Formats: sequence, structure tokens, C-alpha cells
Amino acid sequence: MAVRPKSINPVTRWSGLAALLFVALLVAGPLIALWLRADTSSILTSADWSAVRFTLFQATLSASISVVLAIPVARALARRSFWGRSALITFLGSPFLLPVIVAIFGLLAIWGRSGLISQLLQSAGADRLSIYGLSGVLLAHVFFNLPLVTRLVLQGWGHIPVEHFRLSAQLGMSSKDVFLRLELPMLRSILPGAFLLVFLLSVTSFAVALTLGGGPKATTIELAIYQALRFEFDLGKAAVLGLVQFVICAIIAFWSLRAAVPVTFGGGLSAVTKRWDVSSKRMILQDGVVLVAVTVFLGAPLFAVIRRGLPSLANLPTTIWPAIINSLTVALTSALFSVLLALALAGFIDTLKSRHKKMSSIVEAIGLLTLAASPFVLGTGLFIIIHPIADPFALALPVTALVNAAISLPLALRALLPALQQNRENYGRLTDSLDMRGWSRFRLTTWPAIRKPLGFSTGLAAALSMGDLGVITLFAPPDVETLPLVMYRLMGAYRMDEAASVALILVALTLTLFWIFDRGGRLGHQT
Amino acid sequence: MDIKLETLLIRQTDFSLRADFTVKHGTTAIIGPSGGGKSTLLLAIAGFVDPSEGSISIGGQVITDTPPAKRPVTLLFQENNLFPHLTVFQNTGLGVRADLKLSKPQIELVEDALAKVGLADMGTRRPSELSGGQRQRVALARALLRDRPVLMLDEPFAALGPALRHEMLDLVARIRQEQNSTLLLVTHNPDDALRISENTVLVADGVAQAPQPTAALLSNPPPALAAYLGK
Repeated sequence: MAVRPKSINPVTRWSGLAALLFVALLVAGPLIALWLRADTSSILTSADWSAVRFTLFQATLSASISVVLAIPVARALARRSFWGRSALITFLGSPFLLPVIVAIFGLLAIWGRSGLISQLLQSAGADRLSIYGLSGVLLAHVFFNLPLVTRLVLQGWGHIPVEHFRLSAQLGMSSKDVFLRLELPMLRSILPGAFLLVFLLSVTSFAVALTLGGGPKATTIELAIYQALRFEFDLGKAAVLGLVQFVICAIIAFWSLRAAVPVTFGGGLSAVTKRWDVSSKRMILQDGVVLVAVTVFLGAPLFAVIRRGLPSLANLPTTIWPAIINSLTVALTSALFSVLLALALAGFIDTLKSRHKKMSSIVEAIGLLTLAASPFVLGTGLFIIIHPIADPFALALPVTALVNAAISLPLALRALLPALQQNRENYGRLTDSLDMRGWSRFRLTTWPAIRKPLGFSTGLAAALSMGDLGVITLFAPPDVETLPLVMYRLMGAYRMDEAASVALILVALTLTLFWIFDRGGRLGHQT
Repeated sequence: MDIKLETLLIRQTDFSLRADFTVKHGTTAIIGPSGGGKSTLLLAIAGFVDPSEGSISIGGQVITDTPPAKRPVTLLFQENNLFPHLTVFQNTGLGVRADLKLSKPQIELVEDALAKVGLADMGTRRPSELSGGQRQRVALARALLRDRPVLMLDEPFAALGPALRHEMLDLVARIRQEQNSTLLLVTHNPDDALRISENTVLVADGVAQAPQPTAALLSNPPPALAAYLGK
């Protein structure tokens, strides 16, 4: 008797197809608009080409520095157990959630012209630092990505079986042998993916280029798009640059998907494996110095924000209230939208997997497409689409929420899919045999399995959208503000105390949003 | 060589284990319910877990504070005994020199050891290309080369079928005889204990009891063992 494939639950199918169509349109629409609008007659000027070169150059350097520095930090964390270790590892997760503009404020307070280090240098008779340009862009990118890569590499260390360390101790291997036989192969499998991830993030980090870059020597492609749109109002040129940016991102995203970076943020907290090859005083000292240095490097800017912001909290500008409401609305809308899309797509992909393997891969690839189309490219395309129909500036907030949702979608998909898949592998046959279907199946078996990654993804999407200073800059008219935009404008006017107080509010709201959702996903969760 | 455990106490977050006896030269099995501390006992003797109290000596030498590599002991784990990116030959050769800088005669030694465990022409393969039994053979070949007075196995054949497991146990018995070493073997299978060991240590309820003759222990089990065996 031939087994007929069971039909897909109609809710799963139709919501999946709708989400798929929506994402495909959201990515393809702007790209087609860019393509049609691209003014091929206006060949890119040498300034544009230098923007392309600078983008690739700084991304290469950012990724290299982050990866090279992350190795000793992760190694020290992997082989030393000390008081506050898990707190430090948790803290390493925070720069990823931190609004970019807040981090930049903190970095300027330490490394800027009137920052702490410049003051020390000046009192010692030396010149003040100037970090605008390449050095500032690199500094910010390392600040954001060093902790991210450290966590990835730390997970790699955690995946080396404890028996292998014991075996090498029994065989009397030196720390050099352990490095060659155990750690190097692990690094070789993790670092390429980590490098590409940082590269991609550095190519698309508009806010950093906007605040710390600029000028003929330090303009990125996205910054050139911004200038073409907002100052020269040259849609044709913006479209060409948008396509160039898309091609670069698509290539990197394609590579990095093949390198399969594990996009998880919870790992690395496992206990320290006892080692016998690294107990020399020199190595302990070396690890201590590395850990203190990274703590200071990451902690000092945050501390500076708090110190400067707290005293001026009382004199917050009253205009901040609409900005808070705008920011929260955008963040919550985009988070909700992002996880709904992710849920619909993930459920669809998962049910397709057992029936049409190829189809499910195609759907998954479309879901991850927004990784390739940077938020800025999508924003530019949408601007071109909206421009003839309506006033793009009037739609600033909805467009920002939409694009942010699209950008968080791949992260949410990556978090949800493995959980769904695991659940189906473990209990799929059991639930089938019990004839659990539809809503009760979702409520009783699927929901408990996905609420943790779902809560985490929602929190992450809300936090990322809360801190967004990308698309909003393209669209926002002077009278519409979100918190990052308020901060950016205050910093531009050198009203630093007020900027710091806004930064505090922004960080507090961002972390609270993340905490509420992430916590909500774990509450009463038993694993 | 004899292994002497004196008022030994091992404390871990979820349990503790006491042991106070001598394991005589020969073959001794360790049996008991899972999670009882059988593996922990071996890890302590091999130097991977520090005891909170008491001392361990082998052949009259106190080794409680000796680093793992300096102890006269080879321990085979249940799994992950091989480095996945090294060949069978290299994994075995680590038993001669940890940095794998092998001389001509040493290379021949490695090849002999591989032949003895029945893997003569497998030297260039990677662990992923081997069956579970073959992988443990490689680990045994390395143990042969290390030639330590004490050989300890932590359920290394638990995943194998009965015929293959018996074959491997016989191989281990041959190796022990050839090297005249003291063999300690953790198992959850009473047949294995009967097959290979004169004496058996029962680990249950936080205590490792002194070795007793295997046949007598199994035919007249104390309550803890009887509960485990289902008798």
C-alpha cells in the first residue's frame, strides 16, 4: 500500500505562503526599484569608487582585528575559572544589544578629542587624539564585534570534548602541542565564519560611518547613498550605489552561510575544563592581563555614559517624550512583525522539510535574503518606490519598523528553526501517533519547545530596532524623532550632557525590552 | 603493582565517594549503578579529579599530587579517546612521543602495536572512517606503547555488541598479560566482570567497597548490588 503524504495544515501553509510572498516582495521590490532607477549614464565618480574601496578596506581591517584579538580573550576565558567569570561572559553579550549611538558616545568620551585619554595625553604634554576617520570606525567596529567573536570562539572551546584535554594531559602534551592538536583545528573551523560575519556587519554599520566617518577619506558606500539621497537628491546615483552595496553584501552573506556560523548567544557559560598544560605563572599573568584589558576596553565607555548622563537626567529636554513614544512604537511593532513572519516561515519550512527537502531549503534561503540586502539598501529602494506616490518623510516611522523587522527576521529564523526541527525529530512521531493536530498540537508540543528562542528573538528584534540609526536617518523629517535620532542631533549640536542623559534612557529602555521578552520566554520553562 | 586508596574522599557538587582499600595486582572489575561514582574513582586515580581527603599510592609511591602525565597509569575513556583530525598512526604514535617527532625505530614500534590490535594496514585512516570497536583498538594500541603498570578502562566497550565486546575483552586480557600490568575495568555488565576479573569492587551509595572475588560477590550479592542486578 502506498503511503500518501499527509497534507500540510492549512493554517501553516497559508500563513507560510503569505509570509514568504511578503518577504520576497519586500526584498525584491526595492531591488527592482533600484535597478529601474539606476542612472547608468552617470558613471560612478572617483569619490564613489573610493567609498567602495574604503568600505571593503575598513571591513577587512575591522574583521581581522576583531578576530585576532578575540582569540586570546576567548582562550583566557576558556581555561581560567575565576570569580565573576560568568558575569563577564554575560557582559560580553551586551555590546550587541547596545544602541550604536550610545556606544559611540561612550567611545568618544574615552578616546575622543576631549575624552579621557586626550586629557591625560595633554597633561603629559602630548597631542590630543583624533579618532574621526578610519581609526574611529575601526575602534567602534572592534568594540561591537570583539565580544561577539569572543563568544563564538569560546563556544568552540566548549565543544572540545573534556576527554581530549584529559587525554593530552595523560600523554604529557605541552601547551604548544595542545594548541596544535586541539585548539588550532577548532579555530580553523570557527574563524572563517566569524570573520565573514564581522565583515558583513562592518559593511552595513551605517551609524558608525555617519558619526565617526565622513569626508573624502572615510566615506562608506552607505554614507555615500545617504549623502546622495539627503543632500544631492540624486536618486539615480543612490540607486547605483545601492546595487553595488547589495552585490557586496550578497556575496559575503552567501559565503558566510556556507561557513555556517553558529548564531547563538547563550553558549560559552559551561564550566571550565581543568587544564594541566597552562599552569605556569607567566601564562596565568598573561591571561589576567588580557581579561582586565578587555573588561576596561568594553566597560570604560559604558561607565562614561552613566557618569555623564546621571547628573543631567533632571534636565532632559521635554521633546524627549514624543521620541520615547516613537521609539517604543517602532521597536514593538517591528519586533512583533519580525517574529510573526519568522514563526509563519519557520513553521512552513519545518513542515516542508519532511516532504519536499529542496523546497524547504529555497524557502529558508528567501527568509535569510534580508541578510544579504542591507537595511540601508532596502531603505533606499523603498524611498525610491514611495517617492513618486507619497511623501517618504511622512512615512518615516512605518518604513523604519518594516525594514527593522526584515533585518531581524534571519536572526529569529535561525533561532526558531533548530528548536522546531529538534522538537519534530524527538516527538514528531509521538504526536502523530497520538493524533494531536492543529491548535492543540501547537499549544501542547510546539509552544513549549519554541517559547525560549521566541522570547529571545523578540527581545533581540526589539532591542535592535530600538537602537536603530540607519533607515530612520534617510526618512526622518526634522520634526520626527526617535531616541537615537535625538541623541545624534544633540551630539551634532555639542549638547553632550543632554545627549548622555538621552543615552541613559535609551539604554535603559532597550535592555528592559530585551529583558522582558527574553525573561518571558524562560519563565516557568523547564529544561 | 598494587593500588592503595587510603581514607579517600572525593567530593563533587552532586555526590561524594569514599574508598579505603587496596587493589591487588591482577584484574579487578568495578561495578555498580550508573551515577554512583565508578568513573569518578578512575578519574581520581588517573589524576583528573582531586580528592578532598586521603591518599592514592601505586606500587608504594604516593601519587595524590602527581600530575596526570607523571602517573604510572593509562586511562581509556568511554569515547573521544582519539583526536579526530589525526590519523590512526598519529593517534597511536602519541603514546610514544606527545609531539609526534618519531624516529625510525619508534615508527616501527607504532606499526607493531597497530598490528597487535589487528589494525595493521589502517594507519593512514582517520577516526571517522573507523567503527566504534576499531577506534577503541587504536586507543588500546596506544596504551600498549605507553606501557604503564596500571591500565584502566572506563566502560570502553559499552556501545559494542556482545560478540565484539567479548573479543575486545579478550584482547585487553592478552595485553594485560603481556605487559603484566594491573587492570581496572569499569563495567555495568556482570558477565564482563565474570569473564575477565578475579576480583570486583562494588560502588554504590557513595562508597567503593573493598574488592571481593567476583564469582562469590555475584552469586551472593549484598543488597545494593542485588537491587542493581534485579535479583
